[in-house]
Amino acid sequence: MSPHLAILAAGPSVTLQDAGRHGYLRYGITAAGPMDPLAFATANLAAGNPEGATAIEVSTGGITVAAEGGPLGLVLASTGFRVALDGQALPASVALTLEPGRTLAVRAGAGGAWCYIAVCGRVAVAPTLGSTATHTRSGLGGLDGRALAAGDRLAVEEARAGAGDAQALVAPWLDRPAEVIRVVLGPQDDAFAPDQIAAFLAGPWTVGGRGDRMAYFLDGPRLTHARGHDIVSDGIAMGAIQVPGEGLPIVLMADRQSTGGYPKIATVIGPDLGRLAQAQAGARLRFSAVSVAEAVAARRAEAACLVPDIQTEPVIRTAFPSELLLGLNLVGGVIDAKG
Amino acid sequence: MEQTLRLLDAGEAALVAEFGSTVDPAINDRVLALDAALRADPPEGVRETVPTYRSLMIHYDPLVLSREALAGRVMALADGANASRAAPTLWTLPCCYAETSDGEPCGEDVAAIAALTGLSPERVAALHAGATYRVYMYGFAPGFAYLGGLPKALAVPRRAKPRPPHPANALLVGGGLAAVGTVPMPTGWYVIARTPARLYAPERDETFPVAAGDRIRFEPVDAATYAALERRAAAGEVVARRESFAEEATP
Repeated sequence: MSPHLAILAAGPSVTLQDAGRHGYLRYGITAAGPMDPLAFATANLAAGNPEGATAIEVSTGGITVAAEGGPLGLVLASTGFRVALDGQALPASVALTLEPGRTLAVRAGAGGAWCYIAVCGRVAVAPTLGSTATHTRSGLGGLDGRALAAGDRLAVEEARAGAGDAQALVAPWLDRPAEVIRVVLGPQDDAFAPDQIAAFLAGPWTVGGRGDRMAYFLDGPRLTHARGHDIVSDGIAMGAIQVPGEGLPIVLMADRQSTGGYPKIATVIGPDLGRLAQAQAGARLRFSAVSVAEAVAARRAEAACLVPDIQTEPVIRTAFPSELLLGLNLVGGVIDAKG
Repeated sequence: MEQTLRLLDAGEAALVAEFGSTVDPAINDRVLALDAALRADPPEGVRETVPTYRSLMIHYDPLVLSREALAGRVMALADGANASRAAPTLWTLPCCYAETSDGEPCGEDVAAIAALTGLSPERVAALHAGATYRVYMYGFAPGFAYLGGLPKALAVPRRAKPRPPHPANALLVGGGLAAVGTVPMPTGWYVIARTPARLYAPERDETFPVAAGDRIRFEPVDAATYAALERRAAAGEVVARRESFAEEATP
């Protein structure tokens, strides 16, 4: 019998995700997929899985898991989450072997909004329309189209135990401050006068508290439209920033609807989607307009992070876990926010 | 009037080919022609395309396909793309305005539509069933199809506040348009009828039988027929008639 990962507790919005359900936007099917594609891919690659394999996306609601029927290799990728194995603190990004009888708990911490848990092996979940990505609003993917809950058991096929002692991931690219989010203006920036574009870029914006996988709401200066806020619905890319009538921008994320009818003033560039997704409620940010060519260069630089094997190093256990976490954030140097 | 094609960036991984800013069959035809041409011979790096009323969103991998190369291809295809498009399908979907055998009204909101329009419930149903609709696009929810061609007399505004989830495979009207809502969702539209045909069935090989650009007609059936068709649809049959749609000659 293959080992299982047992979910002992799960907060809201903890879901199974793969790289997304692509090819069906034309039928109104949302792609879903990870909120932070870079952290998701990092967890999978460090686990020896394909980059887009099914993994658990943990919200700030947290999760507690145990292995049943055999040890399971796990890799966690996050920044700022609190990770504990039987109560002992581990780094926020860590590879470990979960032996039966031990309990791994992941909780929201000082930063970050999403943590990824990849299992060394294959999570045995049947795909729907070619993907296991969970989209709870339409009930697709994952386990019966819903979020994970206490009592769920995930069978793991071709399970590999992973390294014996916990190893910290050396993945400095996950440490991304969200103060500046790069955007490409448009597709409907012409629905706004130049002073409104300037106000949009200047902000500052505060990430609202009611954001979820579908959208992040921003609070700040109210923007006005040059010619009203009604447009004929058109396609919505992930990261599209739409401005409804009330003038406060909404950033459309992984679970967005495929089409929509508010002017989209700008679109967050691919490499900054995860950066924004990881911003907690209350975080302050501003937008910086870049060209498509600059966005592509940033995307190429991000992709290059994941080409070499992801290194790990022993977890240095100290009596001061918070200092340990702090120290690990400095490994590999500081990442330039502008990429 | 031929409108200019505009290419708009939706970030560095999606390009919008916009043919106009209104809901118009001629504009929608140009969108669908470009979509068909791109799908017939997709450039490497194009991930998927999303036709809407008036524009085509092209999702691409900019590390494989440059914006310039994609834009060039789109401009070239948009010039002569109309020729390559196959004739749309005309679908006849059975539909029920009456009560089902369980006593549930299929057209839950027909009375409300009648009150808003001043028409009798019978006239509301007859007008809805007497028109031919164009599937402009999908959006909002899986298999949610936006239909143009609703008779003007049925052009009720959308609700100010959404109603509780509509039933599966509901026929909807609102904001001057008609729609088919396959998955129950809270909605600002009015439920005028139900169809046993499932335009979205994830377990069926033909998951989405109807394509954007197809035409739809509704054929009223009684409650017993509706129930029988619903059972066949549940077993995986596409309970709708299909034929090739002959485009009426337009100057």
